[in-house]
Amino acid sequence: MSGKSLVTATINGEEKQFLCEPRQSLLEVLRDVLYLTGTKEGCNDGNCGACSVIVDGVLLDACCMLAVEAEGSSVETIEGLATGDELHPLQRAFLEETGLQCGICTPGFLMSAKALLDKTPRPDEQQVRHWLAGNLCRCTGYDKLVRSVLKAVEA
Amino acid sequence: MKDFQYLAPRRLDEAAALMAEHAGSAQLLAGGTDLLIFMRNGRKSPEVVIDAKKIPELTRLQLDAGRLTIGAAVSCRTVWEHPEIIEKFPALADAATLIGGIQIQGRATFGGNLCNAAPSADTVPPVIVYGATAHIASARGERQAPVEEICTGPGLTSLAPDEILVSLSIPAPQANSGAAFLRFIPRNEMDIAVANAAARVDLDETGETISAARIAIGAVAPVPLYVEAAGAALAGKPVNDGSIASAARIARDASTPINDMRGTVEHRKQLVEVLTARALRRACDRARGEKIQ
Ligand SMILES: Cc1cc2nc3c(=O)[nH]c(=O)nc-3n(C[C@H](O)[C@H](O)[C@H](O)COP(=O)(O)OP(=O)(O)OC[C@H]3O[C@@H](n4cnc5c(N)ncnc54)[C@H](O)[C@@H]3O)c2cc1C
Ligand code: FES
Ligand code: FES
Repeated sequence: MSGKSLVTATINGEEKQFLCEPRQSLLEVLRDVLYLTGTKEGCNDGNCGACSVIVDGVLLDACCMLAVEAEGSSVETIEGLATGDELHPLQRAFLEETGLQCGICTPGFLMSAKALLDKTPRPDEQQVRHWLAGNLCRCTGYDKLVRSVLKAVEA
Repeated sequence: MKDFQYLAPRRLDEAAALMAEHAGSAQLLAGGTDLLIFMRNGRKSPEVVIDAKKIPELTRLQLDAGRLTIGAAVSCRTVWEHPEIIEKFPALADAATLIGGIQIQGRATFGGNLCNAAPSADTVPPVIVYGATAHIASARGERQAPVEEICTGPGLTSLAPDEILVSLSIPAPQANSGAAFLRFIPRNEMDIAVANAAARVDLDETGETISAARIAIGAVAPVPLYVEAAGAALAGKPVNDGSIASAARIARDASTPINDMRGTVEHRKQLVEVLTARALRRACDRARGEKIQ
Protein backbone atom coordinates (compact mmCIF):
# COMPACT_ATOMS: atom_id res chain seq x y z
CA MET A 1 0.00 0.00 0.00
CA SER A 2 2.56 2.55 1.05
CA GLY A 3 5.82 0.99 -0.13
CA LYS A 4 9.15 1.53 1.54
CA SER A 5 10.53 4.68 3.06
CA LEU A 6 14.15 5.75 3.05
CA VAL A 7 15.29 6.50 6.58
CA THR A 8 18.54 8.21 7.58
CA ALA A 9 19.76 7.67 11.12
CA THR A 10 23.02 7.54 13.03
CA ILE A 11 23.66 4.01 14.26
CA ASN A 12 26.47 3.64 16.80
CA GLY A 13 27.99 6.91 15.61
CA GLU A 14 27.85 6.16 11.89
CA GLU A 15 25.29 7.69 9.55
CA LYS A 16 23.26 4.96 7.83
CA GLN A 17 20.47 4.94 5.29
CA PHE A 18 18.02 2.08 5.09
CA LEU A 19 14.75 1.19 3.41
CA CYS A 20 11.86 -0.06 5.50
CA GLU A 21 8.11 -0.46 5.56
CA PRO A 22 6.24 1.75 8.07
CA ARG A 23 5.04 -1.37 9.90
CA GLN A 24 8.57 -2.61 10.61
CA SER A 25 9.72 -2.01 14.15
CA LEU A 26 13.14 -0.61 14.89
CA LEU A 27 13.97 -4.06 16.26
CA GLU A 28 13.10 -5.78 12.95
CA VAL A 29 15.12 -3.28 10.98
CA LEU A 30 18.15 -3.50 13.25
CA ARG A 31 18.17 -7.28 12.98
CA ASP A 32 16.83 -8.04 9.50
CA VAL A 33 17.86 -5.00 7.46
CA LEU A 34 21.02 -3.77 9.15
CA TYR A 35 22.07 -7.25 10.38
CA LEU A 36 22.81 -5.90 13.85
CA THR A 37 21.61 -9.08 15.53
CA GLY A 38 23.05 -8.28 18.96
CA THR A 39 19.71 -6.68 19.89
CA LYS A 40 17.43 -9.59 20.82
CA GLU A 41 13.73 -10.28 20.45
CA GLY A 42 12.05 -11.80 23.47
CA CYS A 43 8.39 -10.88 23.85
CA ASN A 44 7.92 -8.34 21.05
CA ASP A 45 5.50 -6.41 23.26
CA GLY A 46 7.55 -4.24 25.63
CA ASN A 47 7.71 -6.58 28.60
CA CYS A 48 11.13 -8.26 28.55
CA GLY A 49 13.66 -5.56 27.60
CA ALA A 50 15.76 -7.94 25.44
CA CYS A 51 15.51 -5.37 22.63
CA SER A 52 16.66 -2.39 24.75
CA VAL A 53 18.50 0.30 22.78
CA ILE A 54 19.23 3.97 23.40
CA VAL A 55 17.67 6.47 20.99
CA ASP A 56 18.71 10.12 21.31
CA GLY A 57 19.85 9.37 24.85
CA VAL A 58 16.59 7.64 25.86
CA LEU A 59 16.52 3.95 26.79
CA LEU A 60 13.61 2.20 25.05
CA ASP A 61 12.39 -1.13 23.73
CA ALA A 62 13.16 -1.33 20.00
CA CYS A 63 10.09 -3.57 19.52
CA CYS A 64 7.86 -0.68 20.66
CA MET A 65 9.12 1.86 18.13
CA LEU A 66 8.65 2.02 14.36
CA ALA A 67 11.87 2.19 12.38
CA VAL A 68 10.49 5.16 10.40
CA GLU A 69 10.34 7.08 13.67
CA ALA A 70 14.14 6.86 13.87
CA GLU A 71 14.55 9.33 10.99
CA GLY A 72 17.24 11.84 12.05
CA SER A 73 17.88 10.05 15.36
CA SER A 74 20.98 8.65 16.94
CA VAL A 75 20.60 4.97 17.88
CA GLU A 76 22.99 3.11 20.20
CA THR A 77 22.95 -0.69 20.20
CA ILE A 78 25.02 -3.35 21.93
CA GLU A 79 27.33 -3.45 18.90
CA GLY A 80 28.54 0.05 19.80
CA LEU A 81 29.37 -0.70 23.42
CA ALA A 82 32.93 -2.04 23.06
CA THR A 83 35.63 0.16 21.54
CA GLY A 84 37.25 -2.07 18.92
CA ASP A 85 38.59 -5.06 20.87
CA GLU A 86 38.39 -3.18 24.16
CA LEU A 87 35.33 -4.29 26.15
CA HIS A 88 33.21 -1.68 27.91
CA PRO A 89 33.69 -1.78 31.74
CA LEU A 90 30.15 -3.13 32.03
CA GLN A 91 30.91 -5.97 29.64
CA ARG A 92 34.08 -6.83 31.59
CA ALA A 93 32.20 -6.77 34.88
CA PHE A 94 29.45 -9.04 33.47
CA LEU A 95 32.14 -11.56 32.51
CA GLU A 96 33.98 -11.35 35.81
CA GLU A 97 30.84 -11.56 37.96
CA THR A 98 29.07 -14.11 35.72
CA GLY A 99 26.24 -11.69 35.04
CA LEU A 100 24.96 -14.04 32.37
CA GLN A 101 24.18 -17.67 31.72
CA CYS A 102 22.37 -18.36 28.42
CA GLY A 103 23.05 -14.78 27.32
CA ILE A 104 19.81 -13.95 25.49
CA CYS A 105 18.95 -11.13 27.91
CA THR A 106 22.51 -9.80 28.18
CA PRO A 107 22.56 -7.15 25.43
CA GLY A 108 19.36 -5.67 26.86
CA PHE A 109 20.68 -5.59 30.41
CA LEU A 110 23.94 -4.04 29.23
CA MET A 111 22.12 -1.27 27.37
CA SER A 112 19.88 -0.55 30.39
CA ALA A 113 22.92 -0.46 32.65
CA LYS A 114 24.74 1.82 30.21
CA ALA A 115 21.78 4.19 30.08
CA LEU A 116 21.78 4.32 33.88
CA LEU A 117 25.53 5.03 34.10
CA ASP A 118 25.26 7.70 31.39
CA LYS A 119 22.80 9.53 33.63
CA THR A 120 24.02 8.47 37.09
CA PRO A 121 27.69 7.42 37.04
CA ARG A 122 27.64 6.19 40.66
CA PRO A 123 24.23 4.60 41.28
CA ASP A 124 23.42 2.75 44.50
CA GLU A 125 21.97 -0.76 44.52
CA GLN A 126 18.40 0.49 44.73
CA GLN A 127 18.88 2.64 41.61
CA VAL A 128 20.46 -0.28 39.75
CA ARG A 129 17.55 -2.56 40.62
CA HIS A 130 15.05 0.12 39.59
CA TRP A 131 16.73 0.68 36.20
CA LEU A 132 16.93 -3.04 35.47
CA ALA A 133 13.26 -3.66 36.31
CA GLY A 134 12.24 -3.44 32.65
CA ASN A 135 14.53 -6.37 31.74
CA LEU A 136 13.71 -10.01 32.35
CA CYS A 137 16.22 -12.80 32.90
CA ARG A 138 15.24 -16.46 33.20
CA CYS A 139 18.68 -17.70 34.29
CA THR A 140 20.69 -15.60 36.71
CA GLY A 141 18.19 -14.79 39.46
CA TYR A 142 19.13 -11.09 38.97
CA ASP A 143 21.52 -10.85 41.90
CA LYS A 144 24.57 -11.49 39.73
CA LEU A 145 23.35 -8.90 37.25
CA VAL A 146 23.05 -6.29 39.96
CA ARG A 147 26.49 -7.19 41.33
CA SER A 148 27.98 -6.95 37.86
CA VAL A 149 26.68 -3.42 37.38
CA LEU A 150 27.86 -2.38 40.84
CA LYS A 151 31.30 -3.82 40.07
CA ALA A 152 31.51 -1.79 36.87
CA VAL A 153 30.64 1.29 38.91
CA GLU A 154 33.55 0.63 41.28
CA ALA A 155 35.98 -0.07 38.44
CA MET B 1 1.08 -6.03 11.55
CA LYS B 2 -1.09 -4.74 8.68
CA ASP B 3 0.48 -2.21 6.34
CA PHE B 4 -0.35 1.48 6.88
CA GLN B 5 0.77 4.91 5.84
CA TYR B 6 3.01 6.79 8.30
CA LEU B 7 2.76 10.57 8.42
CA ALA B 8 4.69 12.94 10.66
CA PRO B 9 3.19 16.44 10.42
CA ARG B 10 5.16 19.28 11.99
CA ARG B 11 2.20 21.56 12.64
CA LEU B 12 -0.99 21.14 14.62
CA ASP B 13 -3.22 22.50 11.83
CA GLU B 14 -1.63 20.06 9.39
CA ALA B 15 -2.24 17.18 11.81
CA ALA B 16 -5.84 18.30 12.34
CA ALA B 17 -6.43 18.41 8.56
CA LEU B 18 -5.01 14.88 8.22
CA MET B 19 -7.18 13.63 11.10
CA ALA B 20 -10.24 15.14 9.36
CA GLU B 21 -9.30 13.64 6.00
CA HIS B 22 -8.80 10.16 7.48
CA ALA B 23 -11.31 10.35 10.36
CA GLY B 24 -12.05 6.83 11.56
CA SER B 25 -9.13 5.22 9.72
CA ALA B 26 -6.30 7.20 11.33
CA GLN B 27 -4.68 6.79 14.75
CA LEU B 28 -2.34 9.22 16.41
CA LEU B 29 0.96 7.69 17.50
CA ALA B 30 2.42 9.08 20.72
CA GLY B 31 4.77 6.64 22.49
CA GLY B 32 3.18 3.67 20.76
CA THR B 33 3.37 1.51 23.91
CA ASP B 34 -0.34 0.73 23.61
CA LEU B 35 -0.97 1.42 19.92
CA LEU B 36 1.85 -0.63 18.40
CA ILE B 37 1.00 -3.60 20.63
CA PHE B 38 -2.68 -3.40 19.59
CA MET B 39 -1.69 -3.12 15.91
CA ARG B 40 0.54 -6.14 16.23
CA ASN B 41 -2.15 -8.30 17.84
CA GLY B 42 -4.84 -7.06 15.45
CA ARG B 43 -6.98 -5.19 17.99
CA LYS B 44 -6.40 -2.00 15.99
CA SER B 45 -5.61 -1.70 12.30
CA PRO B 46 -5.46 1.94 11.23
CA GLU B 47 -4.77 2.74 7.58
CA VAL B 48 -2.95 5.91 8.55
CA VAL B 49 -0.70 6.45 11.55
CA ILE B 50 -0.03 10.08 12.41
CA ASP B 51 3.02 10.68 14.57
CA ALA B 52 2.21 13.18 17.32
CA LYS B 53 5.82 13.76 18.38
CA LYS B 54 6.87 16.35 15.80
CA ILE B 55 4.08 18.81 16.72
CA PRO B 56 5.39 21.57 19.04
CA GLU B 57 2.11 22.07 20.98
CA LEU B 58 2.05 18.35 21.82
CA THR B 59 5.68 18.07 22.93
CA ARG B 60 5.77 21.13 25.18
CA LEU B 61 6.26 20.80 28.92
CA GLN B 62 5.92 24.18 30.51
CA LEU B 63 5.57 25.78 33.92
CA ASP B 64 4.23 29.28 33.57
CA ALA B 65 3.54 31.23 36.79
CA GLY B 66 2.99 27.91 38.52
CA ARG B 67 0.54 26.61 35.90
CA LEU B 68 1.69 23.37 34.32
CA THR B 69 1.08 22.45 30.68
CA ILE B 70 1.89 18.89 29.69
CA GLY B 71 1.82 18.37 25.93
CA ALA B 72 -0.08 15.18 25.08
CA ALA B 73 3.07 13.61 23.56
CA VAL B 74 5.43 14.33 26.49
CA SER B 75 6.91 11.12 27.89
CA CYS B 76 6.55 9.98 31.48
CA ARG B 77 10.32 10.09 31.82
CA THR B 78 10.44 13.75 30.74
CA VAL B 79 7.90 14.45 33.48
CA TRP B 80 9.70 12.58 36.29
CA GLU B 81 13.07 14.03 35.31
CA HIS B 82 11.74 17.58 35.80
CA PRO B 83 12.86 18.71 39.30
CA GLU B 84 10.16 21.38 39.63
CA ILE B 85 7.40 18.92 38.73
CA ILE B 86 8.64 16.47 41.36
CA GLU B 87 8.49 19.28 43.89
CA LYS B 88 5.24 21.02 42.89
CA PHE B 89 3.22 18.12 41.44
CA PRO B 90 4.55 15.03 43.23
CA ALA B 91 1.52 12.84 42.40
CA LEU B 92 2.40 13.16 38.70
CA ALA B 93 5.91 11.89 39.40
CA ASP B 94 4.44 9.11 41.60
CA ALA B 95 2.53 7.80 38.57
CA ALA B 96 5.10 8.57 35.87
CA THR B 97 7.74 6.47 37.66
CA LEU B 98 5.34 3.51 37.95
CA ILE B 99 4.35 3.03 34.30
CA GLY B 100 6.22 -0.03 32.99
CA GLY B 101 10.00 0.10 33.42
CA ILE B 102 12.44 2.81 32.36
CA GLN B 103 12.16 1.73 28.70
CA ILE B 104 8.38 2.19 28.67
CA GLN B 105 8.62 5.45 30.64
CA GLY B 106 10.92 6.87 27.96
CA ARG B 107 8.14 6.50 25.40
CA ALA B 108 4.76 6.29 27.18
CA THR B 109 2.95 9.61 27.36
CA PHE B 110 0.29 11.17 29.59
CA GLY B 111 -1.83 11.83 26.47
CA GLY B 112 -1.58 8.24 25.28
CA ASN B 113 -2.42 6.91 28.73
CA LEU B 114 -5.56 9.07 28.83
CA CYS B 115 -6.68 8.43 25.22
CA ASN B 116 -6.07 4.69 25.51
CA ALA B 117 -8.70 4.89 28.27
CA ALA B 118 -7.77 1.79 30.23
CA PRO B 119 -9.67 1.69 33.56
CA SER B 120 -6.27 1.03 35.17
CA ALA B 121 -4.45 3.96 33.49
CA ASP B 122 -2.06 5.14 36.18
CA THR B 123 -1.56 8.78 35.20
CA VAL B 124 -5.28 9.55 34.98
CA PRO B 125 -6.28 9.64 38.70
CA PRO B 126 -3.42 12.09 39.46
CA VAL B 127 -4.36 14.49 36.66
CA ILE B 128 -7.99 14.30 37.80
CA VAL B 129 -7.16 15.27 41.39
CA TYR B 130 -4.99 18.13 40.16
CA GLY B 131 -8.05 19.46 38.32
CA ALA B 132 -6.49 19.23 34.86
CA THR B 133 -8.19 20.64 31.78
CA ALA B 134 -7.86 18.75 28.49
CA HIS B 135 -7.18 20.98 25.48
CA ILE B 136 -8.56 19.42 22.32
CA ALA B 137 -8.16 20.50 18.70
CA SER B 138 -9.59 19.49 15.34
CA ALA B 139 -10.03 21.09 11.92
CA ARG B 140 -13.41 22.26 13.28
CA GLY B 141 -11.84 24.31 16.08
CA GLU B 142 -10.61 24.01 19.63
CA ARG B 143 -12.38 23.04 22.85
CA GLN B 144 -11.59 22.29 26.47
CA ALA B 145 -12.99 19.73 28.87
CA PRO B 146 -12.32 18.66 32.45
CA VAL B 147 -10.02 15.67 32.24
CA GLU B 148 -12.46 13.42 34.14
CA GLU B 149 -14.83 13.72 31.16
CA ILE B 150 -12.42 12.20 28.63
CA CYS B 151 -12.65 8.46 29.41
CA THR B 152 -16.16 7.09 28.84
CA GLY B 153 -15.59 3.32 29.05
CA PRO B 154 -12.82 0.75 28.65
CA GLY B 155 -10.92 1.91 25.54
CA LEU B 156 -13.50 4.62 24.83
CA THR B 157 -13.18 8.41 25.03
CA SER B 158 -15.34 11.47 24.44
CA LEU B 159 -12.96 12.59 21.66
CA ALA B 160 -14.46 12.53 18.16
CA PRO B 161 -12.48 10.48 15.60
CA ASP B 162 -10.98 13.64 14.10
CA GLU B 163 -10.01 15.22 17.43
CA ILE B 164 -6.51 15.53 18.86
CA LEU B 165 -5.69 15.87 22.52
CA VAL B 166 -3.20 18.74 22.51
CA SER B 167 -2.28 19.11 26.17
CA LEU B 168 -3.34 18.91 29.77
CA SER B 169 -3.11 22.05 31.83
CA ILE B 170 -3.04 22.09 35.62
CA PRO B 171 -3.58 25.19 37.74
CA ALA B 172 -0.81 26.30 40.10
CA PRO B 173 -1.14 24.51 43.43
CA GLN B 174 -2.26 26.63 46.38
CA ALA B 175 -0.10 27.13 49.43
CA ASN B 176 -0.49 24.24 51.92
CA SER B 177 -1.65 21.77 49.33
CA GLY B 178 -0.33 18.28 48.68
CA ALA B 179 -1.16 15.25 46.59
CA ALA B 180 -0.17 11.62 46.21
CA PHE B 181 -0.82 8.60 44.00
CA LEU B 182 -0.56 4.95 45.07
CA ARG B 183 -1.05 1.70 43.20
CA PHE B 184 -1.34 -1.89 44.31
CA ILE B 185 0.30 -4.61 42.21
CA PRO B 186 1.58 -8.00 43.35
CA ARG B 187 5.19 -7.02 42.56
CA ASN B 188 7.21 -3.81 42.70
CA GLU B 189 7.45 -2.99 38.99
CA MET B 190 6.03 -3.81 35.58
CA ASP B 191 2.43 -4.78 36.24
CA ILE B 192 -1.06 -3.40 35.71
CA ALA B 193 -2.87 -1.95 38.71
CA VAL B 194 -5.19 -4.18 40.71
CA ALA B 195 -6.39 -0.86 42.10
CA ASN B 196 -4.96 2.65 42.37
CA ALA B 197 -5.89 5.91 44.07
CA ALA B 198 -4.91 9.57 43.96
CA ALA B 199 -5.73 12.26 46.49
CA ARG B 200 -5.14 15.99 46.71
CA VAL B 201 -5.79 18.13 49.76
CA ASP B 202 -5.67 21.87 50.37
CA LEU B 203 -5.12 22.65 54.05
CA ASP B 204 -5.87 25.93 55.78
CA GLU B 205 -3.00 28.07 57.13
CA THR B 206 -2.89 26.15 60.44
CA GLY B 207 -2.27 22.90 58.55
CA GLU B 208 -4.89 21.23 60.79
CA THR B 209 -8.04 21.61 58.70
CA ILE B 210 -8.81 20.47 55.18
CA SER B 211 -10.35 23.25 53.11
CA ALA B 212 -10.80 21.21 49.92
CA ALA B 213 -9.93 17.76 48.59
CA ARG B 214 -10.22 15.70 45.40
CA ILE B 215 -10.05 11.92 45.14
CA ALA B 216 -9.87 9.64 42.09
CA ILE B 217 -9.56 5.86 41.89
CA GLY B 218 -8.59 3.44 39.11
CA ALA B 219 -9.01 -0.18 37.96
CA VAL B 220 -12.22 -0.42 39.99
CA ALA B 221 -14.79 1.00 37.53
CA PRO B 222 -15.19 1.14 33.72
CA VAL B 223 -13.17 4.39 33.74
CA PRO B 224 -10.66 6.05 36.09
CA LEU B 225 -13.23 7.42 38.53
CA TYR B 226 -13.44 10.91 40.01
CA VAL B 227 -15.18 10.48 43.39
CA GLU B 228 -16.39 14.01 43.99
CA ALA B 229 -18.37 13.08 47.10
CA ALA B 230 -15.30 11.68 48.86
CA GLY B 231 -13.42 14.95 48.42
CA ALA B 232 -16.44 17.08 49.32
CA ALA B 233 -16.91 15.16 52.59
CA LEU B 234 -13.48 16.36 53.71
CA ALA B 235 -14.11 20.08 53.28
CA GLY B 236 -13.90 21.79 56.67
CA LYS B 237 -12.84 18.58 58.44
CA PRO B 238 -9.80 18.24 60.71
CA VAL B 239 -6.81 16.27 59.46
CA ASN B 240 -7.30 13.08 61.46
CA ASP B 241 -7.90 9.37 61.09
CA GLY B 242 -11.67 9.74 61.40
CA SER B 243 -12.09 12.18 58.50
CA ILE B 244 -9.69 10.20 56.33
CA ALA B 245 -11.45 6.91 57.08
CA SER B 246 -14.88 8.27 56.20
CA ALA B 247 -13.66 9.70 52.87
CA ALA B 248 -11.96 6.37 52.09
CA ARG B 249 -15.24 4.56 52.76
CA ILE B 250 -17.07 6.84 50.33
CA ALA B 251 -14.46 5.99 47.69
CA ARG B 252 -14.92 2.29 48.43
CA ASP B 253 -18.70 2.57 48.04
CA ALA B 254 -18.32 4.46 44.75
CA SER B 255 -16.16 1.72 43.21
CA THR B 256 -17.78 -0.93 40.98
CA PRO B 257 -14.92 -3.37 40.33
CA ILE B 258 -15.06 -6.67 38.47
CA ASN B 259 -13.54 -10.07 39.16
CA ASP B 260 -10.66 -10.87 36.82
CA MET B 261 -7.25 -12.52 36.85
CA ARG B 262 -5.76 -9.57 38.74
CA GLY B 263 -8.20 -9.49 41.64
CA THR B 264 -11.67 -10.09 43.01
CA VAL B 265 -14.41 -7.55 43.66
CA GLU B 266 -13.94 -7.88 47.40
CA HIS B 267 -10.17 -7.53 47.25
CA ARG B 268 -10.42 -4.46 45.04
CA LYS B 269 -12.99 -2.73 47.23
CA GLN B 270 -10.75 -3.30 50.23
CA LEU B 271 -7.78 -1.93 48.27
CA VAL B 272 -9.69 1.22 47.28
CA GLU B 273 -10.35 1.99 50.93
CA VAL B 274 -6.78 1.32 52.04
CA LEU B 275 -5.11 3.11 49.12
CA THR B 276 -7.41 6.14 49.36
CA ALA B 277 -6.68 6.51 53.08
CA ARG B 278 -2.93 6.15 52.54
CA ALA B 279 -2.92 8.56 49.61
CA LEU B 280 -4.83 11.09 51.72
CA ARG B 281 -2.37 10.74 54.59
CA ARG B 282 0.58 11.16 52.27
CA ALA B 283 -1.09 14.14 50.58
CA CYS B 284 -1.58 15.78 54.01
CA ASP B 285 2.06 15.11 54.96
CA ARG B 286 3.21 16.67 51.70
CA ALA B 287 0.88 19.63 52.22
CA ARG B 288 2.68 20.19 55.51
CA GLY B 289 5.96 20.36 53.69
CA GLU B 290 7.29 16.84 54.14
CA LYS B 291 9.34 15.62 51.22
CA ILE B 292 8.23 12.05 50.51
CA GLN B 293 9.41 10.43 47.30
C1 LIG C 1 5.40 -3.33 29.19
C2 LIG C 1 4.32 -2.33 29.38
C3 LIG C 1 4.02 -1.89 30.66
C4 LIG C 1 3.00 -0.97 30.87
N1 LIG C 1 2.75 -0.54 32.16
C5 LIG C 1 1.76 0.33 32.39
C6 LIG C 1 1.46 0.77 33.72
O1 LIG C 1 2.14 0.38 34.67
N2 LIG C 1 0.44 1.65 33.89
C7 LIG C 1 -0.30 2.11 32.86
O2 LIG C 1 -1.21 2.91 33.08
N3 LIG C 1 -0.04 1.73 31.59
C8 LIG C 1 0.96 0.84 31.33
N4 LIG C 1 1.21 0.44 30.04
C9 LIG C 1 0.39 0.94 28.94
C10 LIG C 1 0.97 2.17 28.21
O3 LIG C 1 2.37 2.22 28.33
C11 LIG C 1 0.38 3.48 28.73
O4 LIG C 1 -1.01 3.46 28.60
C12 LIG C 1 0.97 4.70 27.99
O5 LIG C 1 0.81 5.86 28.78
C13 LIG C 1 0.38 4.92 26.62
O6 LIG C 1 0.99 6.07 26.08
P1 LIG C 1 1.63 6.08 24.61
O7 LIG C 1 2.19 7.42 24.42
O8 LIG C 1 2.53 4.94 24.43
O9 LIG C 1 0.29 5.89 23.75
P2 LIG C 1 0.09 5.36 22.27
O10 LIG C 1 0.24 3.88 22.26
O11 LIG C 1 0.89 6.13 21.30
O12 LIG C 1 -1.44 5.75 22.07
C14 LIG C 1 -2.48 5.14 22.83
C15 LIG C 1 -3.83 5.50 22.21
O13 LIG C 1 -4.11 6.88 22.40
C16 LIG C 1 -4.29 7.53 21.16
N5 LIG C 1 -3.62 8.84 21.27
C17 LIG C 1 -2.34 9.04 21.63
N6 LIG C 1 -2.08 10.36 21.67
C18 LIG C 1 -3.24 10.99 21.34
C19 LIG C 1 -3.61 12.37 21.22
N7 LIG C 1 -2.72 13.34 21.46
N8 LIG C 1 -4.88 12.67 20.85
C20 LIG C 1 -5.77 11.66 20.60
N9 LIG C 1 -5.48 10.35 20.71
C21 LIG C 1 -4.23 10.02 21.07
C22 LIG C 1 -3.61 6.64 20.14
O14 LIG C 1 -4.15 6.82 18.85
C23 LIG C 1 -3.88 5.27 20.71
O15 LIG C 1 -5.16 4.83 20.37
C24 LIG C 1 2.26 -0.47 29.78
C25 LIG C 1 2.56 -0.89 28.49
C26 LIG C 1 3.58 -1.80 28.27
C27 LIG C 1 3.90 -2.23 26.87
S1 FES D 1 11.32 -7.92 22.67
FE1 FES D 1 11.09 -5.83 23.07
S2 FES D 1 10.60 -5.78 25.16
FE2 FES D 1 10.64 -7.91 24.74
S1 FES E 1 21.10 -15.20 31.10
FE1 FES E 1 19.54 -16.43 30.28
S2 FES E 1 17.85 -15.09 30.31
FE2 FES E 1 19.35 -13.98 31.33
